[in-house]
Amino acid sequence: MNPILAFYRSSIGRKWVVAITGLVLFGFVIGHMLGNLQMFWGPDQINSYAVHLRDLGPLLWIVRIVLLTCFVLHIQCTIALARANRAARPEKYAYYATKQASKASRTMIVSGLIVLSFVLFHLMHFTFGWIDARNANLHEAAQDPLLGPGRHDVYRMVIAGFNHWPVSFFYLLGIGLLCWHLSHGFASVFQTLGLRNHRVEGFLRWTSGGLAALVFLGYCAIPLAVMTGILTDTNHPFGTPEQHPDAGHGAKTAAAVAR
Amino acid sequence: MTSTNGHSQTLETDQPGAAQRHGGKVMRFHLKIWRQANPQSAGRMVDYEIDNVPTAASFLEMLDILNERLVARGEDPIEHDSDCREGICGTCSLTINGIPHGGQRGSATCQLHMRTFRDGDTIYVEPWRARPFPVIKDLVIDRAAFDRIIQAGGFITARTGSAPEANALPVPKVAADLAMDAAACIGCGACVAACKNSSAMLFTAAKIAHLNYLPQGQAEKDTRVLNMVRQMDKEGFGGCTNQYECSAVCPKEIDAAFIAKMNREYALASLKDITTGLGSAVD
Ligand code: HEM
Ligand code: SF4
Ligand code: FES
Repeated sequence: MNPILAFYRSSIGRKWVVAITGLVLFGFVIGHMLGNLQMFWGPDQINSYAVHLRDLGPLLWIVRIVLLTCFVLHIQCTIALARANRAARPEKYAYYATKQASKASRTMIVSGLIVLSFVLFHLMHFTFGWIDARNANLHEAAQDPLLGPGRHDVYRMVIAGFNHWPVSFFYLLGIGLLCWHLSHGFASVFQTLGLRNHRVEGFLRWTSGGLAALVFLGYCAIPLAVMTGILTDTNHPFGTPEQHPDAGHGAKTAAAVAR
Repeated sequence: MTSTNGHSQTLETDQPGAAQRHGGKVMRFHLKIWRQANPQSAGRMVDYEIDNVPTAASFLEMLDILNERLVARGEDPIEHDSDCREGICGTCSLTINGIPHGGQRGSATCQLHMRTFRDGDTIYVEPWRARPFPVIKDLVIDRAAFDRIIQAGGFITARTGSAPEANALPVPKVAADLAMDAAACIGCGACVAACKNSSAMLFTAAKIAHLNYLPQGQAEKDTRVLNMVRQMDKEGFGGCTNQYECSAVCPKEIDAAFIAKMNREYALASLKDITTGLGSAVD
């Protein structure tokens, strides 16, 4: 067999693919969290961050393609592994017992698949704007009336989104399961890549749990702050037409879009 | 699957004096044991009640007592494997209450004693469960898949003839210790039985490591890992999901870090296979 194919089809080869793609996805999870936390620095910060991201142009597309490829490979390999694992034990034990495997480690495929459905929903909601088209298309009032509407108003879109409790609830659930996935997954990567031994084992277990908890807090802070009214758009400096210093053409556009 | 024969059988002692001879310390157990006539037939769990088991009996001796009573009644004895009965050969293989070798740290089934149970306990006894380990009869399974993995590893290049001078080949102390730790594997298969995926990675990793750590194993280091891993996959064992159930039940407490070493060496060997071609014997 072709040696590349032989590696990709072997149990250990697939595990390598899962680990490396998992690590890339984990990197994205951290980066995205740091980006999101700019919500707490106000609308100007997060909206200009969004503009910066869009301005990356081709680079943004490269990042997107890499992430998508990793996501697809991760899922393809984990499903292939899970099927082979199931097939290896056709007759189950009458008495089921476990010595030490964590619950998270035994439910990776379940947590992974729910995270997948969450990611799809999340993209349809905030990236494609299919779920709540009205709020996804909010724009800031124009700084210069001749240039049409201002920057995409990410700040108000997020606040409007999380003001629907089912959205926030699914978000908390999705993030919770992602962190559950990572609590096993992060430490697991080091074993798969051959970097774990008994000296780093304890450290890896703690960092894995700690990072999962941090990611959970970092992501959940935003919907929780919206639901408790800590983050609101009532003091938005240039979002709502009434409050805008030169409520004119741009403000009307924003209002028209909002309608 | 937890089918029983409907009525459970009580097997009275064949030796009325057993209780006295053991200072009155005897126990009784409710056993649920897997019975399967041959590889083709469907098996089932069968209930047995056993009393007058001396506290000094090992688990296998308890089964011997049960078998003697079954034979005395003209029934088929329960087939199970054992050989050394001192924890060094790796022949005994019972999953006891869901845990291979019964869960006593660092010991095989033959070293487990009935005194570690409570009087009147219900005990499930099942064979190793894995597709590559088919049941031959009752609790006896076929572990030839392990032999084929070892065979796939091949030989080491060594000069034949008279014994070489012992110190001619320097072996670092750390490498010697790690190789010995890996070589402690007795090939029992408990790692496979304990793994949720019936993965044989702990066994395979130990067998690869004990040669790959040593200077004598260097010449075939890459082909060894490639061929043994490919054979392992071919046999139909599952993959590791890094839960370390294997190490936890291993009678020799083989460290799962050997699996990390195998993962690393397999990737490097594959890279060499891709770039220069190693010519694997297994595909
Ligand atoms: C942002 C999304 C995700 C991240 C950050 C992520 C991260 C990880 C990481 C770091 C691992 C450990 C790799 C290893 O064992 O070496 C892992 C394992 C795993 N992932 Fe994901 N994952 C994500 C999405 C998914 C999805 C959508 C699925 C759905 C099928 C999934 C299924 C699995 C499974 C089954 C494993 C266990 C593999 C094994 O232990 O052999 N993951 N993931
Ligand atoms: S690694 Fe341990 S459990 Fe597995 S076969 Fe070797 S001795 Fe038995
Ligand atoms: S009979 Fe030899 S190890 Fe148990």
